[in-house]
Amino acid sequence: MSNGLSLASLITLPMTSIAPYLVVAAVLFTLGVFGIFLNRRNVIVMLMSIELMLLAVNLNFVAFSHQLGDLGGQIFALFILTVAAAEAAIGLAILLIYFRNRGTIAVDDANMMQG
Amino acid sequence: MPHLHDIIYLLPEIILLLGALSLLMIGAFMRGEKIAPLAGGGGVKTTMKDEATIAVAANRKNWLLAGGAMLVIALALMASLPQTVPDGNEILSGMLRIDRFGHAVKIFILIGTGFSLLVGWRWLMRAKAAMFELPVLMLFAVIGMTQMVAANNLIVLFLGLELQNLALYVLASSQRESRRSSEAGLKYFVLGALSSGLLLYGMSLLYGFTGALNYDAIANNIATQNGGVMPYGILIGMIFIITGIGFKISAVPFHMWTPDVYEGAPTPITNFFAVVPKLAGFAVIMRLLVEVFGEFHVEAGQILVVLSMASMVVGSLAAINQRSIKRLMAYSAISHVGYGLIGLAGNNADAYAATLVYLGIYVPMTLGTFGCILAMTRGGKPLDELSDLAGLAKYHPWLAAALAVFMFSMAGIPPLAGFFAKFYIFRSAIDNNLIALAVVGVLSSVVSAYYYCRIIKLIYFDPPQAKGALDPLPREVAWVIGLTAMVILWFVLWPNGYIDWVRHAATDLWKGSE
Repeated sequence: MSNGLSLASLITLPMTSIAPYLVVAAVLFTLGVFGIFLNRRNVIVMLMSIELMLLAVNLNFVAFSHQLGDLGGQIFALFILTVAAAEAAIGLAILLIYFRNRGTIAVDDANMMQG
Repeated sequence: MPHLHDIIYLLPEIILLLGALSLLMIGAFMRGEKIAPLAGGGGVKTTMKDEATIAVAANRKNWLLAGGAMLVIALALMASLPQTVPDGNEILSGMLRIDRFGHAVKIFILIGTGFSLLVGWRWLMRAKAAMFELPVLMLFAVIGMTQMVAANNLIVLFLGLELQNLALYVLASSQRESRRSSEAGLKYFVLGALSSGLLLYGMSLLYGFTGALNYDAIANNIATQNGGVMPYGILIGMIFIITGIGFKISAVPFHMWTPDVYEGAPTPITNFFAVVPKLAGFAVIMRLLVEVFGEFHVEAGQILVVLSMASMVVGSLAAINQRSIKRLMAYSAISHVGYGLIGLAGNNADAYAATLVYLGIYVPMTLGTFGCILAMTRGGKPLDELSDLAGLAKYHPWLAAALAVFMFSMAGIPPLAGFFAKFYIFRSAIDNNLIALAVVGVLSSVVSAYYYCRIIKLIYFDPPQAKGALDPLPREVAWVIGLTAMVILWFVLWPNGYIDWVRHAATDLWKGSE
């Protein structure tokens, strides 16, 4: 606790620092990854976790872009938003045909093939 | 318009794109399966004759679209064969890099796609899984891959990768009524999206700590920072990026989707997955390692050694117990990825050339093996079990001989092409003092020789099943199997031309980074 990042030190950081944004993005990203691996109930939650990861990346890009004074990161963030929308559309379509075939979207039931 | 003259270097991509879009339009507006309800009117039942005309029309449309896609691929291949390279190699303000390395991988990709479409289309038609969208999606995936291979900017890399991925997710789940195919698509989608997320997070760190998106600018920035403290942000970014691409090329420990997707997807699509996206993934990781992470070659080498060893060992051990031939091919592909990664662990042009040699030989081997798997149908029903191969030699001596050639080649038995692939890889490992890697590689190829030879024992020495012969081979499948078997058999006579060409490509990649 002495030399790590404590909450108090984050709050007292100067406004120009992007460290808080990076920490939030890292936490969101980690939540997204864990959401995919620990979630055993519902595939929709997995899709949401994927979105969470991509949004965390966006936050990273925008924060870095602001700090560097370079627009490249924000352009990248716009492309990521577009691709994330396309990915969600395809993911939901795949989920739909999966549901039609199986009648369930529980993660534990996706076990036809093993070995 | 300062960049208009750069367009000429994008000719293959433009052909692919225009071809894909016009095939999509032809597919959407041409009358195929929807012809009868219009003619019959509402409520009138279709007669047998109507159904026959529907079938014929749908058949013609599907063949037209697949043939069109093959034509487009052939044209793009012809456009990329001259391998014209611009001055300074960069086009469109440094967004893309056109060099002989990119051309070589592009040619492998186009050949692999064209043949996997040719060899698999009749199977898809018989399984009633052929839709005109499939060739179009394959073309889109190929455009994405060519962009990934040529990318010189993180945004272009990301967009190419996602174009490829989105097309591949749909291809994996394309057999809509099949429970296995939809499950395969779902698994591929979730893990593919996860890997894209990891890759993107790595890219964001790389961007934040170097302030650039262009490969050259990032490399310059890393080189100037190197005097001070080790820039951990860049290192962590590199690890995330290698992890993300490791998922795409199914290197252990990021391989868990591979067997399920290979087994669940329709076999021709599995063939496509086994051959083509791996080439693009390898090309991306090679370009990144040389052009961006040159300063971190020690750290990258350590990661690659671990990935390579794990892939070889897991791939060859897990394949032993498989009963489904598609799952076996999945593990075999994982172990081949491990061998390919050996070359990347060595940090020079010769080692990279060894990996390219391996990838180029891997294409006909895998195409031929999957051609044999596609030929395994009895009474129109596709077979998947290894035991269905028992006694194959009695009914189909030529098919059995070809499959034996592919299996011996994969195991690395001398006069065949697979031996040369392994030979160059192991020699590069020894030249680069990666003795442990070479030892593990040889041991695991001994293990994998066991299951390849077990297939040969099954087809030649086991009693045939009572169910009788397989269906006769479709003509184009027989041609592809014959052609790939010839390539593998006669590679020993003229290896130099191919190996020199590939070595030039690898040196070109390394020259560009200096």
